[in-house]
Amino acid sequence: MMEGSSPAKAYLLHVAVIALLFVLNFILPAYHHGLLARILVLATFAMGYNLLFGYVGLLSLGHAMFFAAGLYGAGLGVHHFGLSVPVAFMAALACGAVLSLVIGLLALRTSGVAFMIVTMMFAQVLALAILYFAPLTGGDQGLVLQQQERVVHLGDTVLDLTNPTARYMVALVLFSIVLLLTLAVVRSRFGRVLIAVRENEERTRMLGYDTFANKLAAVVISGVICAAAGGAYALLFGYVGANFASVQYSILPLLWVLLGGAATTLGPLIGTLFMYYIVDITSGYTSAYLLIVGIALILLVLFFPKGILGTLRQRWVRWLP
Amino acid sequence: MMPLMTTKGLSRHFGGLRAVDNVDFALMPGEIRAVIGPNGAGKTTFVSLVCGRIEPTAGMIVFDNADITNLPAHKRVRLGIAYTFQITSIFANLSAYENVALPVQRTLTDGRSKGQVHAGVMEALERVGLADRANVPAGQLAYGHQRLLEVAMGLALKPRLLVLDEPTQGLADSEIENFIGLVREIASEATLLIIEHNMPVVMELADRITVFEAGRILAEGTPEAIRSNAAVQRAYLGGGDD
Ligand SMILES: Nc1ncnc2c1ncn2[C@@H]1O[C@H](COP(=O)(O)OP(=O)(O)OP(=O)(O)O)[C@@H](O)[C@H]1O
Ligand SMILES: [Mg+2]
Repeated sequence: MMEGSSPAKAYLLHVAVIALLFVLNFILPAYHHGLLARILVLATFAMGYNLLFGYVGLLSLGHAMFFAAGLYGAGLGVHHFGLSVPVAFMAALACGAVLSLVIGLLALRTSGVAFMIVTMMFAQVLALAILYFAPLTGGDQGLVLQQQERVVHLGDTVLDLTNPTARYMVALVLFSIVLLLTLAVVRSRFGRVLIAVRENEERTRMLGYDTFANKLAAVVISGVICAAAGGAYALLFGYVGANFASVQYSILPLLWVLLGGAATTLGPLIGTLFMYYIVDITSGYTSAYLLIVGIALILLVLFFPKGILGTLRQRWVRWLP
Repeated sequence: MMPLMTTKGLSRHFGGLRAVDNVDFALMPGEIRAVIGPNGAGKTTFVSLVCGRIEPTAGMIVFDNADITNLPAHKRVRLGIAYTFQITSIFANLSAYENVALPVQRTLTDGRSKGQVHAGVMEALERVGLADRANVPAGQLAYGHQRLLEVAMGLALKPRLLVLDEPTQGLADSEIENFIGLVREIASEATLLIIEHNMPVVMELADRITVFEAGRILAEGTPEAIRSNAAVQRAYLGGGDD
């Protein structure tokens, strides 16, 4: 984190992770290949959550609404308005930006538990609205995007997002951009202020920082990243469903981030990966897999309270961003 | 000469308690002003009003000829009013370096200083003698060093008015001596408003002294005048407090 300490190591690590994920595209069996593409998109969601929760210390229980804003922004755009894939993705980002700006302006008047409750209420409003406007949104059935709606024409090249490799690569590009963006943000002067707000908001204010404006900027960046993940999810996997706006999808990114390590750049990926595979493996053996997930989480909180990477950083790898 | 900072009829009530009560105050550029008074006299509340941590019930604050009464605290800091907390308020989990980097990058962003964050941080840490502790988490520093870190953070803001709220509280005698030297040095660049209970420190440093009692200014003058002021002796100096 310290300016003057070599940033090269941190960037090298992140590029190496991206390179590894790139290589995995060619060697993973089909099943895991598909799973990892999904995990990369959800890890992007988690990275957006982590920026606000991990670095600014704002615990939102409503981030499903930002994911859903992107999901529906892109999905409805394609389905009802015939938007092309890139335009639909832009629509997802715009929806995320507008929603997070409005929510930020309202919810940041509160802090602590009140902030959790307010964000949760707003997310609930969006979830109910999605069900209420069923003719438009497909209600709890959701919408399925057709194959021909998910083809990108870039000049002469055609990118079919239903093709597994194309899907994986697009997911990887999104993930990589957001990962490097997060790294750049948390190492920047702005990132330093965000961490200061988390550590001692009053002191930060008395050092000349407009803490409200900084928190608002963080909410919007976080919201746009989550909406990008949502938009990508709709376009890559062709399904837009109301369950993604439910409380469950507000809690999940929190768990992924806690598991991987809050306020670590790579924690969201590690957390999402672990959680996804724990659920995937245990649900193959027993219907009580949620119990096992719960136990795993309790053990983690007991022995790795800072998450996997957080503990790693504390004990061994101090320079981990 | 125009005062750097004045207050007119400044008041702050907490319920029925008049913590600061109709205070008219003027501070000349370049002076070292000490504010003394018994516990609960309203000293911290008064300087908190000046730097914008709390809002006044009534009255007005002028800084550098501009009315800043309604200016939010962070904007006052950018005008050059820096405050160090009475109760040490540092970023305990961040390194000393990061603690000072925050004010340094503030002045860089505002264009009030030039250069690299790194150079600014090391300069401020060197001035208070903490350069060799740069990478230590602030919460693990010795208490006296934490107080010095507070001062370094204030210094790094390149203040025109630096408010120090009981900076020597909890320092050892040897540390206090160094501290007096440091304050003298700072005073060559900034106007200082120091709340202080330690009378020898006050007498040695202050150009003028303002005595607070029950939210009001009881007396004001040179150290000699204050020392011989009967009312002050009754209210404060003779009160066995110091
Ligand atoms: N936020 C607050 N709410 C209610 N009362 C307060 C508040 N802050 C200060 N007071 C009261 O206002 C009065 C003045 O307090 P203040 O902290 O300004 O005194 P002080 O002169 O700084 O004292 P000390 O020398 O102990 O630091 C005290 O009676 C205090 O209890
Ligand atoms: Mg006080």
